[in-house]
Amino acid sequence: MTAVDVVLLLLGALAAGSGVLVVTTRRLVHAALWLVVTFGALAGMYLVMTAELVAWVQVLIYVGAVVVLLLFGIMLTRAPTGRSDDLDSGNRPAAVVGGVVTCVLLVTLAGYGFSSAYADLDTGRLGTARAIGTVLFRSWVLPFELLSVLLLAALVSAIVLSRRRES
Amino acid sequence: MNVAVEVAVRVVLVFAAFLLFPLVVGYMEHKAMAHMQGRLGPMYAGGFHGWAQLVADGVKFAQKEDIVPADADRTVFKLAPWIALLPYLLVLVVVPVGPGGLVGSDVDAGLFYALAVMSVGVVGAVMAGYASANKFALLGGIRVAAQLMAYELPLVLSAVSAAMAAGTLSLGGIVGAWRPWWLAWQLLALVVFLVAGVAELRRPPFDMPVADSEIIFGPYTEYTGLRFALFLLAEYAGIVVVSALATVLFLGGWKGPVLDAQLGWLWTCVKVLFVAFVVIWLRVSFPRLREDQLQRFAWMGLVPLALAQLLLTAIVKVAIS
Repeated sequence: MTAVDVVLLLLGALAAGSGVLVVTTRRLVHAALWLVVTFGALAGMYLVMTAELVAWVQVLIYVGAVVVLLLFGIMLTRAPTGRSDDLDSGNRPAAVVGGVVTCVLLVTLAGYGFSSAYADLDTGRLGTARAIGTVLFRSWVLPFELLSVLLLAALVSAIVLSRRRES
Repeated sequence: MNVAVEVAVRVVLVFAAFLLFPLVVGYMEHKAMAHMQGRLGPMYAGGFHGWAQLVADGVKFAQKEDIVPADADRTVFKLAPWIALLPYLLVLVVVPVGPGGLVGSDVDAGLFYALAVMSVGVVGAVMAGYASANKFALLGGIRVAAQLMAYELPLVLSAVSAAMAAGTLSLGGIVGAWRPWWLAWQLLALVVFLVAGVAELRRPPFDMPVADSEIIFGPYTEYTGLRFALFLLAEYAGIVVVSALATVLFLGGWKGPVLDAQLGWLWTCVKVLFVAFVVIWLRVSFPRLREDQLQRFAWMGLVPLALAQLLLTAIVKVAIS
């Protein structure tokens, strides 16, 4: 095991641990703040795997925007500084089953799908902006454009749904 | 030179800049604002034109009582000033000061790194607003979050325009590709970047989150002593970082009229301080925007302008290549 493996494992443990804290903490705002740690650890893992651009985009979008949006939502509705013991919905067993099944499925699928896919990290830097841009806009340009149409559709429908009906 | 020694020297230099520049900008604000308002500003501390005023302020802050409100979320309350301050230190690491590797660390996707880390600082202010257990602080925190969401988009879009023009995300690479005529080409992006940057720092005229006549001091209402000083330091470090990024992206960084190779660091410093002066100038010149004006200005004004600039950048880029 190299030093890189150790760092990767530690970051993984940090991400998983803070992820568990997100759903077990009794304080609503703390859940959002633990999510910052989870996303940060994930970005660290991307960095270790030399995917620089993905790591920084992860921080910019998820920590900088999504978590701030979550915090905004929580604070706008209610932000108790103490413990909120009424947060449990009684779905805990179902949630555990769902989580475990998803985890097993994802690990198996990713294992089968990518177990033979190796990237040589010594020859070239695969995660740089230039490399990702080249691959994205040469080989994968059609899926990329389809995704952007999907996002545009989601954006437009959100605006349509949020507008008050003229009566 | 030994690698470890070199890293240590770079870290020390960046840290020294991080401690020195915010003080210079803070002093400049005292003096520039005073003279614009027909006053003298600090004149006594340190002897010469009150140069040590901010040092004296620091000593005063250190002596104050350290108060945490009884109902506060203690851990988050104590953590918040550090979360607000540290990102700006981390951004300074990638800002190129001169040609030939005169930079803390040359990150390949430096622009994205800088924008990503900067956006984390806002979480500190939101945490402060929540943890204080004070309704004014909470209102301030909500305003901080709303403001960040509105101004992050034009900030990133205008920065992307510079990256597109240069064809690289590396901050050093952008300065290297910069030409004087870009000042005209990227003028709109420069304006949008500066305005959105000032808004992201919650500086007047975009200081709705700390509007003293409405919500006392917003998220920082309950803070005293050193923790309050850390928030103030974060504000001035933020000015330095936004000015440095504007310099690097739009004003040609180390490129000056003569002797770029030898005097590059000097040109960078002069430009950064000039942009910081403009930020202070804005504070003295404009009244505070109302919350709805603030949101309207971002979504209806800056975002379309930034998109128009992106289009212009793309057209010119294709035309000249």
